[in-house]
Amino acid sequence: MVPKPEEVTLDPETKTLDRANAENVLNPPDKNALETALRLKEAHGGTVTLISMGPPLFRKYLELCLGMGADRAILLSDRTFAGADTYPTSLTLAKGIQKLKTCDLVICGEESSDASTAQVPPGLAEWLDMSLVTFADEVAVHGNTVRARRTLGSSYEILEADMPAVVSVVVGSNEPRFPDFDRVEEAAGSDWVQVWAAADLGLKEEDIGLKGSYTIVHELVEGEPVERKREFLEGGMEEKVKALAKALEPFLEA
Amino acid sequence: MNVPGELQADLYKGFWVYMEQEEGRLLPVGLELLGKGRELADEMGEVLTAVILGQDIAALGEEALRYGADEVLLADHPLLTGFNTDAYTKVMADIIEARKPNVLLMGATFNGRDLAGRLAVRLSTGLTAHVTRLEVDKESSLLLSAVPGFGGSILAVIKTEFGRPQMSTVSPGIFKPLEPDDVRRGKVERVDVRLRQSDIRCRVLEREVVPAEDIGSAERIIVAGMGTGGDMKLVDDLAAALHASTGVTRPLVDIGVAPREKQVGSTGVSLRSKLVVVLGASGASHFVAGLRDADTVIALNKDKEAPIFDESDVCVVGDIFEILPRLLEELEGKVMVV
Repeated sequence: MVPKPEEVTLDPETKTLDRANAENVLNPPDKNALETALRLKEAHGGTVTLISMGPPLFRKYLELCLGMGADRAILLSDRTFAGADTYPTSLTLAKGIQKLKTCDLVICGEESSDASTAQVPPGLAEWLDMSLVTFADEVAVHGNTVRARRTLGSSYEILEADMPAVVSVVVGSNEPRFPDFDRVEEAAGSDWVQVWAAADLGLKEEDIGLKGSYTIVHELVEGEPVERKREFLEGGMEEKVKALAKALEPFLEA
Repeated sequence: MNVPGELQADLYKGFWVYMEQEEGRLLPVGLELLGKGRELADEMGEVLTAVILGQDIAALGEEALRYGADEVLLADHPLLTGFNTDAYTKVMADIIEARKPNVLLMGATFNGRDLAGRLAVRLSTGLTAHVTRLEVDKESSLLLSAVPGFGGSILAVIKTEFGRPQMSTVSPGIFKPLEPDDVRRGKVERVDVRLRQSDIRCRVLEREVVPAEDIGSAERIIVAGMGTGGDMKLVDDLAAALHASTGVTRPLVDIGVAPREKQVGSTGVSLRSKLVVVLGASGASHFVAGLRDADTVIALNKDKEAPIFDESDVCVVGDIFEILPRLLEELEGKVMVV
């Protein structure tokens, strides 16, 4: 889940992002990750477990994802998780995954649309000692390996990774299905969603959240504004078009 | 994991830049980081070291010296020919653990982000992503990495106190390379590479390298926002008329209209263009961060209050679907001959 960027403010006291009042949406590439998982389940069987770290209000988003066809959901939720950078975030998620009895594939979105670090999937592979494929747009399972197409802008590579593996999926790589709203209703308030706290994961307070983060906000500064002319073209459509063409003219002669 | 207090930070010395190579050529972002690294390393009193992984890469070491490095570490091995996440992570982690650098900068490319994310956890240290400004804190001599925050032009300045090396990834186009100095000399050292086939759990079966279009260095570029409704036809037509490249804002990438390499902004590409024409983008702070180094910005938007106009030289309020077809007629006959 990510906050809508325009609704996030900065708290000048704590020097942290205030996401509390922002409306959340499901992180777009995470929908592609879930669709990837559901298609693999349809092809090979098995179960799809959702895992997410966040406040209790994330539950309703997990219920939507259960409506899309996931089997169950784990919400890692504890006040001590707050303020985490990608180091304790990936650690906390890894502990949650380890607590699940078996896991062949961890499928993630390529990055969050708010911080865009893309650091959690590689971090998970490290904590879990799994193989890693990042930025995949096609994922298939063959025996004990996962075969994926990894996108690199206009280039790509075909990778074969031993399972268990962490795979991150790029946004737009498939068409995520719509939730079945009867199933969403069934999921609402059900025990399909379990909530695990820090103590359930055997995590100590100094390893998680803000305390477990290596990066620290030193200060918040105003970016130096770039001086722009801010010249508004006046008049009706025709005048504007003419003035715009004139403004572009010097660049035509380059 | 390491308990932060155990770290002896003063054991860590050296300012390192990881130089990504592709098919035997250094990527521009590494040269850009050497340029900035030169300035920061001098300020910190550190030696500037370029680290290059690959096969038969001796010439790349010389190139790194010309672009400002004091010394070069080469990890030359058949299993390092192209990027492999397991091999590259192991070799980089081995070199870092043996030599203990204070700072490590890497390009925020697909491979750079994959590698950096693994190294930060394996080495228990802090990593900041998509940094747009780097400086040295006068008091502590720590590296300060500025990352654009939400809502307006605020930057979060991030530091890593307990964790070494201090790591950051930087997008291509943020910093400028130095002019190459052909007489500059320095030490090029080959490091021992301990790597076996069994270290590799993820194998590359096939690789298709298509040189990516670098929109950051485009002279002229048309950038489409959500106000275009994802209709790239008009955008492409204007681009053709102006002999310009095209780019998009993040939401258009998210809905699949354009690939990630076309994304302008702090988490995409920073433009160094002479002319940027922005069509139907509201002006989110992440996006306008990518316009800072552009010479002239012309924006079209139907909302006269759109924040994009604060970041533009020429502001056109109106419906782009009405204005653009007329503009194309007007430009016809004026189009430059290449």
